[in-house]
Amino acid sequence: MLKISADKLNSLFDAVSAKQSLYIPVDRESGSAEYRKYKSGMEMSKCLNTVRSAKDFFFPQTENLADFKMNGKNIEVIDVREECEDFVIFGVRACDARSFTILDKVFLAEPVDSYYKNRREHGTVVTMACTRPAETCFCTAFDIDPTSPEGDVAVFSDGESYFFKPNNDKGQAFIDSIADMLEDGDTAELAQVQSNTRKIMQMLPLANLSTDSFGGEKLMEHFNSEKWANLSESCIGCGTCTFVCPTCQCYDIRDFDTGNGIKRFRCWDSCMYSDFTKMAHGNPRNTQLERFRQRFMHKLVYFPANNNGEFGCVGCGRCLAKCPVSMNIVKVMKALEEK
Amino acid sequence: MQEAMIKRAKELLADGTVNRVIGWKRGEFVYDSTPAVFGTADEIDAEFVFDDFTQANVSKYLVKESKKDGKILAFLKPCDTYSFNQLVKEHRIIRENVYVIGIPGGPKLDIEKIKAKGITGILNVKNVNYTLEIETLYGTEKLPFYEAISGKCADCKSKKHVVYDELIGEDGDVLDSNRFDMVEKLENMTAQERYDFWRGELSKCIRCNACRNVCPACTCENCVFDNPKSGIENKAAADSFEENMFHIIRAFHVAGRCTDCGECSRVCPQHIPLHLLNRKFIKDINSLYGEYQAGADTTSKSPLTDYRADDCEPSIVHERGVE
Amino acid sequence: MNNDTLIPLIGVITDIRQDTPDVKTFRVNAVDGGKVFEHMPGQCAMLSIPGVGEGMFSITSSPTNKEYMEFSIKKCGCLTTWLHAMDIGQQITIRGPYGNHFPVENELKGKDLLFIAGGIGLAPLRSVINYVRDNRADYGEIQIVYGSRSKDDLVDYQEIIDEWQKDPDIQVNLTIDNPQEGWDGHVGFVPNYVKELNPSTNKTVLVCGPPIMIKFTLAGLKELGFTETQVYTTMELRMKCGVGKCGRCNIGNKYVCKDGPVFRFDQLGELPDEY
Repeated sequence: MLKISADKLNSLFDAVSAKQSLYIPVDRESGSAEYRKYKSGMEMSKCLNTVRSAKDFFFPQTENLADFKMNGKNIEVIDVREECEDFVIFGVRACDARSFTILDKVFLAEPVDSYYKNRREHGTVVTMACTRPAETCFCTAFDIDPTSPEGDVAVFSDGESYFFKPNNDKGQAFIDSIADMLEDGDTAELAQVQSNTRKIMQMLPLANLSTDSFGGEKLMEHFNSEKWANLSESCIGCGTCTFVCPTCQCYDIRDFDTGNGIKRFRCWDSCMYSDFTKMAHGNPRNTQLERFRQRFMHKLVYFPANNNGEFGCVGCGRCLAKCPVSMNIVKVMKALEEK
Repeated sequence: MQEAMIKRAKELLADGTVNRVIGWKRGEFVYDSTPAVFGTADEIDAEFVFDDFTQANVSKYLVKESKKDGKILAFLKPCDTYSFNQLVKEHRIIRENVYVIGIPGGPKLDIEKIKAKGITGILNVKNVNYTLEIETLYGTEKLPFYEAISGKCADCKSKKHVVYDELIGEDGDVLDSNRFDMVEKLENMTAQERYDFWRGELSKCIRCNACRNVCPACTCENCVFDNPKSGIENKAAADSFEENMFHIIRAFHVAGRCTDCGECSRVCPQHIPLHLLNRKFIKDINSLYGEYQAGADTTSKSPLTDYRADDCEPSIVHERGVE
Repeated sequence: MNNDTLIPLIGVITDIRQDTPDVKTFRVNAVDGGKVFEHMPGQCAMLSIPGVGEGMFSITSSPTNKEYMEFSIKKCGCLTTWLHAMDIGQQITIRGPYGNHFPVENELKGKDLLFIAGGIGLAPLRSVINYVRDNRADYGEIQIVYGSRSKDDLVDYQEIIDEWQKDPDIQVNLTIDNPQEGWDGHVGFVPNYVKELNPSTNKTVLVCGPPIMIKFTLAGLKELGFTETQVYTTMELRMKCGVGKCGRCNIGNKYVCKDGPVFRFDQLGELPDEY
């Protein structure tokens, strides 16, 4: 497999970023990581993952859908879409990489969302195999192998070097474009690293989490479960879980009067919010119990019902770490599967 | 402490003083706990937890819980009692329906502080004479207790319970805290430095509303930011101006009512030091109207809702704004 | 780049009819005449005034109308209040058509049809009724039971008395909730009226109205011997995208905007009761 030694990684970043925008995870002062546009000298974070997921690159928190000029009784629609420039996201973890295929099932289903598709086509996803999973990780419950991530190119580290494996044509093209900086490498050490990581995966506290009790066929059983009242009791109705989640994709469409025309923009929304389903004449989800239930039913039952059994969760563990009251999908799964 | 609390909770349930107990239940890991209401001794035995990580302030839940049938036992840390009192003062909590047991406060640990040291795969955390022994998948790490304490505890303002029906443990005193140090530092910056500081922080905001929803001073039935009729409802900032305004408007709205409980900064997934906005208001209120602590009692009038002839003139805003 | 369904087209309001004190019917044409797009009976469209809001409305005109589309809209929120204040010539944005439609081309063909509507609930059924009238030979008997609070609240009253009631091939039964001067027709709630009329159970039923009316009508139909597989309705929940992606109009795993708005009651019965 082609590789580059760790001390040359930044020169690789310099070369890639000379041709197109490159985003890498970097550490913030507070110790957490976020994706930033690479500038020469930036260090890649050693954190396992970023606070915000990588979904932002394809489904940003806000984006302009269209502009309107109002002139008396007339309206002019302005198509603001532009062909996106090529970009590379480096260091995406296996969980986030899988989240893209889940988002694809929503946004690339007919009618295709051209905003998402545009970015997806122009973005190259370079993933990074995990070696130090956290206690909050449970990606294996969703058949994700963190030691061999999806994405266009998978990168593996044995501590000394970074190895590059193409997963598709786009990935091969990326590797070809940097081939002059890479050299052939011996992957023996790499296999040992992978096997060590797999051993750690088995020791994780959530290693035995099972999805057997979930899926489309359990729709009415779980919807009518009496456990939701207790589970949702502490939920404060914020959108933290939704917004740090790599697969949550619900959105709102809003208009903003700039004083010089109207901007119609799309922004992230959360089914946890009280106004999510509110209509002029009523609200089918009036209590936090219903809103809380919706979020977990969507991931564990509704999404698999519509997508051949695939779940709408990738086990990244962000909601476990970030919920203000530590209520999360793992606790929901464990409670619901108890008879 | 946990044993004493469980014992007392079961007694009060058994003798009918209360029919429910609000506290915290054990989570998935050693460090995560969830506010919870317990109805039976069995539930308490199975799940009740109180340890170095139980930080959450349960006062706000009592807005709803105190309106239900029967009396509820609430365990309140010193800082939580201020929030409780303030909510009683605002007629949001029905005092008669809550039996308050004051319990010792922090310093509590913040797991995010431990993770920020690069410690991961955390399986257990033990406090051995104020050194944390952290058992992880990758070996045991040691960390001085005080390097992992929660931001809200680091600047503790008071170890005194301002309201309780009974106490477990000793009551403490109002402390000489250094909680305004950072505010002073910001005040001493140039306008541009200060602007850059806040833009850097507030631009991280993802508008998850955790700060607002956890805030005991934010108990509006329908927040202006959620109400289509308010004209300023928004879920995402259309520009950087709006990004700043959400937090600044919120700080204005809770000014004079914010007890400085620190929950806003505790829950922020992006670690924005939101409490500094509130502290600036508290510091200003103290210097312009005399020392005032929201929630210290249930009868005094907040300086911002009370007029006195010797109140400062509005022009002070201009004078203070000149660099 | 290809067109995106989220980027709307422009429609012009070419006629406005005050149907009831709070319902107006708007005629919409493309800017250079004709229809903005074609649809099937029961489908919806997203109408918007940029800066005010966007909302999903059922298309009340029949697809057999080749000249224009119509929308009957009740004034109840911010957007609808704005729409009610419009004059002829005002442009709006429009996108669609969205959702499934009443199965006029298959299941309903050759069937005796019973339409049951309450208040503004006539709006989506009007599209089917006129479609069926224009393809009369394809369907059996047609009966329409329609009720509202008062005579003044009967939507499309003029069309009902001028066209539907004069059509010898259609049975129209109107009712209003309370007695009223100048009304010599039936008085009483729709569900009770349906029971009084005791329609033959070989009819296929299309029902739309306020949730409480639908609930009691369905119960009444079951008492008469109808089964859930014979009864269709059309749903309304809050929508933003119209294409099953924004995530808010779901009932269980079904999106009302995409998998609905038309459901048969046996299908709804398999879904959570959350609407």
